[in-house]
Amino acid sequence: MAAYEDQHVHQVYDKIAEHFSATRYKPWPIVHEFLTTLPPGSVGVDVGCGNGKYLNVNPNVFIVGSDRCENLVKIAKDQAPTQDVATADILSQPHRPSSFDFALSIAVIHHLSSPERRVEAIASILELLKPAGEGRALLYVWALEQKNSRRGWDENSEQDVLVPWVLTKQFKEPAKKAGSSEPPGTVESEEGADSEESKPFLRYYHLYKKGELEENVESAGGKVLKSGYEKDNWWAIVERAS
Amino acid sequence: MKLLTANFLSCAVKACKSSPLSFPLHFREAELASKSVPYNPLLLSNLLPRLDWQALVTSSKELGFTLPDAKPELPLRSTTTTTTTANDDGDMNMDGGIGGGVSDEEEKTLRMLHKVLMETEVVEGKMVCGSCGFEYGIHQTVGNFLLPSHLV
Repeated sequence: MAAYEDQHVHQVYDKIAEHFSATRYKPWPIVHEFLTTLPPGSVGVDVGCGNGKYLNVNPNVFIVGSDRCENLVKIAKDQAPTQDVATADILSQPHRPSSFDFALSIAVIHHLSSPERRVEAIASILELLKPAGEGRALLYVWALEQKNSRRGWDENSEQDVLVPWVLTKQFKEPAKKAGSSEPPGTVESEEGADSEESKPFLRYYHLYKKGELEENVESAGGKVLKSGYEKDNWWAIVERAS
Repeated sequence: MKLLTANFLSCAVKACKSSPLSFPLHFREAELASKSVPYNPLLLSNLLPRLDWQALVTSSKELGFTLPDAKPELPLRSTTTTTTTANDDGDMNMDGGIGGGVSDEEEKTLRMLHKVLMETEVVEGKMVCGSCGFEYGIHQTVGNFLLPSHLV
């Protein structure tokens, strides 16, 4: 399982980091609201922080962003000088248990390739939180139900899929053209622009069905405070059950 | 890596989580740099109660400087009082200051915390677990906490 994720998640992000980052700059509204309503001085983790686009949303909280992909972590560090980052794995987090006011994990848990590992990932996030009432986490995963997206999946589609990412020309190795006028991918796009010469990278996803995220949270020893659907994703605000 | 961050890091090895020796991780061969970042007293005042001061004193010593033995005391600040204070003073606090009502002593403490917690960066070095002895590398200010497969 770990080796599979290494090939179909970690290695892919390492290769597409720069292009991926250029398509990720606009915070989702629910994430924005979660972050801006935190009391000043709150300390949190962003598990799977990617390029760090959520680290600067609220300057009055402190966030340690972590990601498995070192190239993305470096981008995040440069973008968020008042916050901090670390290269770390969601299942082996380098943090003190029960010490955080909040946690974020946006578009990460769906990359783990078995139900047991997804539940373990959620448990490892819950473990970092202060007890119920003091610490909470926002989790976001890709939904199976996205009939209106251009991927067109619905509730009868296959849940475990490989999704291609095609690098647009200017992000391809080895040499980038300096001052290229080609625009980067769009915000909604999960793939770069199509090009016959482009080589797709396949990323593994488990697409969540309605209710499945909540079930996973409960199995992990958590309690769902609020949950919903936003633009092709399921989300839940959770705390420790006990 | 900021010194503030070290206050929230412990060994990634699961067997070490229950050991008090796994926190804080110990700095070795650290190269430091000072990196200027915006001063945010609202954040600092409210962060202070969340810090493990003894661990911070230990980490600071390892990096070659001394902090007071006891955690300084600062009144908590809220965004509401900040606004009120700012209006009373006619001070817009564009630099993120918390307005009037801050004594010289408090200002001095806040500046000290800012420098230590926010502006001190470990650029290169190692962090070592006091329980299992595993060494985590810090390179170009980023700590790497990925474990070899036999420790996962």
